[in-house]
Amino acid sequence: MVATYFRNRTPGDLAFSAVLAALCVLILAAVIYPVYFVVIASISDSTLVATGQVWLWPRGVNLFGYEQILKDERIWNGYLNTLLYSGVGTALNLCVTLPAAFALSRREFRPRKAIMVFFAVTMFFQGGLIPTYMLYRDIGLLDNWLVFVLPVAVNVYNLIIARAFFESSVPEELYEAAAIDGISYFGYFLKIAVPLSKAIISVIGLYYLVQHWNDFFTGLVFIRDYDKQPLQVVLRDILLSNQAFAGGAGGAGGAGTSYAQQYADQIKYGVIIVSTLPVIVLYPFLQRYFEKGVMIGAVKG
Amino acid sequence: MRLPRHWQLWAMLAPAIAFVGVFAYIPMYGIQLAFRKFTFQNGLTGGEWVGLKYFEQFFESPLFWTLMRNTVTISLATLVVGFVAPILLALIVNQVVHAGRKRFMQTATYLPHFISTVVIVGMLQVFLSPSSGLLTRLAGLAGVTDVNFLGDTSTFVPVYVISDIWQHCGWNSIIYLAALSRVDTQLYEAAKIDGASRLKLVRHVDVPALVPTMVVLLILSMGGVLSTGFEKVLLMQNTLNLPVSEVISTYVYKIGILSSQFSYSTAIGLFNTLINFVFLVVTNQIAKRVSGTSLW
Repeated sequence: MVATYFRNRTPGDLAFSAVLAALCVLILAAVIYPVYFVVIASISDSTLVATGQVWLWPRGVNLFGYEQILKDERIWNGYLNTLLYSGVGTALNLCVTLPAAFALSRREFRPRKAIMVFFAVTMFFQGGLIPTYMLYRDIGLLDNWLVFVLPVAVNVYNLIIARAFFESSVPEELYEAAAIDGISYFGYFLKIAVPLSKAIISVIGLYYLVQHWNDFFTGLVFIRDYDKQPLQVVLRDILLSNQAFAGGAGGAGGAGTSYAQQYADQIKYGVIIVSTLPVIVLYPFLQRYFEKGVMIGAVKG
Repeated sequence: MRLPRHWQLWAMLAPAIAFVGVFAYIPMYGIQLAFRKFTFQNGLTGGEWVGLKYFEQFFESPLFWTLMRNTVTISLATLVVGFVAPILLALIVNQVVHAGRKRFMQTATYLPHFISTVVIVGMLQVFLSPSSGLLTRLAGLAGVTDVNFLGDTSTFVPVYVISDIWQHCGWNSIIYLAALSRVDTQLYEAAKIDGASRLKLVRHVDVPALVPTMVVLLILSMGGVLSTGFEKVLLMQNTLNLPVSEVISTYVYKIGILSSQFSYSTAIGLFNTLINFVFLVVTNQIAKRVSGTSLW
């Protein structure tokens, strides 16, 4: 057990433990409190929040912010769009990345080194924004929802993680046995490699999902039609551009409109919760998978 | 006709190769736009060859030094602080003996990594609002009053860097924690017998164990020395902080996409990529000489 080596023996070690505990509490507070504050502020009386009377518990509990959000069509539309883009996008990601990673993991496949270089180069060298924009324009991806899905079909980092997993965690004897039975690569991949790789499929599936869910750049640069905008662009308009809200609250700050500003703030807290909720609810269950992905990537990088 | 020996593997690779070929390599081919005068009739590659004209235009532009200074300041500050913080966090978390508490520390500190940039900047705006923000009031209690943190040229970089640490420090510490979990426990035992205190164990066993990981991550981040987080900078920009917050990537976006100066902005983007590439190669060479650890 590692624990025994950390046991305190001297007064110096005791002091060390005390400082350590204090640091941990400070770090936890710094990470958790802002998130907690957003939660309580979203259901508290906005005047009390604005004057600093809400610290630890919600006060003047009301759901005004959430009522306004539920009524707002932009948010619903953005939410549905993001669900579509994330769902279709992640499915395509997995269908393209996993077979490619499997092929690259086969040691008898000679060209794999050269192909790996072909992929890895794109991690360090890109065409840049404008040539990319011109390409999308030429092939009709501007203002087209497929722009959220097709260009990001392969993430080279995820490809490398998946390849490392196939190489190290699917026993080679299985392939030898299956090959004697005359199984094809397709058959081996679908019937043996994939069922044994649920852990890595979850990991990179989740990476892709979060990447799609939080994608703001694509909508900003390549989409003009507001009906096609994903959640993150809608969020930008509500959170940062202070656009008027359905309920009439919102607009620019300043002394004259401070009343409206306070309601706008409550809506903002609510919007932060609503948009981040799926990730936060899923997070505790998925966290061990995320971590696994980093580990595999770190060891094999 | 006979199919190549590994045709099934080629078939499995084909979609990935096609996607990367189209969406990563065709734009690289389009970089020549930086050396051509773009017109809509002639398209991407048909414009007149003008050599380094657009690069010269950029170097002579009055904005050049401002953009360079802002970009380097923001990314260097993020790089240095963002490099050290996860190491410290990993060393601290690794000292937590109680397994449940350690797990809780990890779970809590990884979480902000998954919050979107838009929401992070939204949180900054409500927390730092000059009239009612939580942090503005806290600063007021500490004697700092009348500061508009998001609209002041002296606070933009600190706010950017600190919120970046808040968001990614936990996540970036995973890789160090993994390295620490592989430390040979015999080392602790031997040091204990020699009478080492816990602080000395950290200093002389844990820290050296992290060095190879540090080198690799440092090289990788040097490759991005001129690539500030485009989204976050753009979202945090306002007319008050623009003198320090306009960076190369946001400038390329504005003159390229918003004002259609395609060739000029491609040249600036290429300049940025080249600098990053040079930094990556140089750091890699230095690391190879000094520590024997390198990417290639």
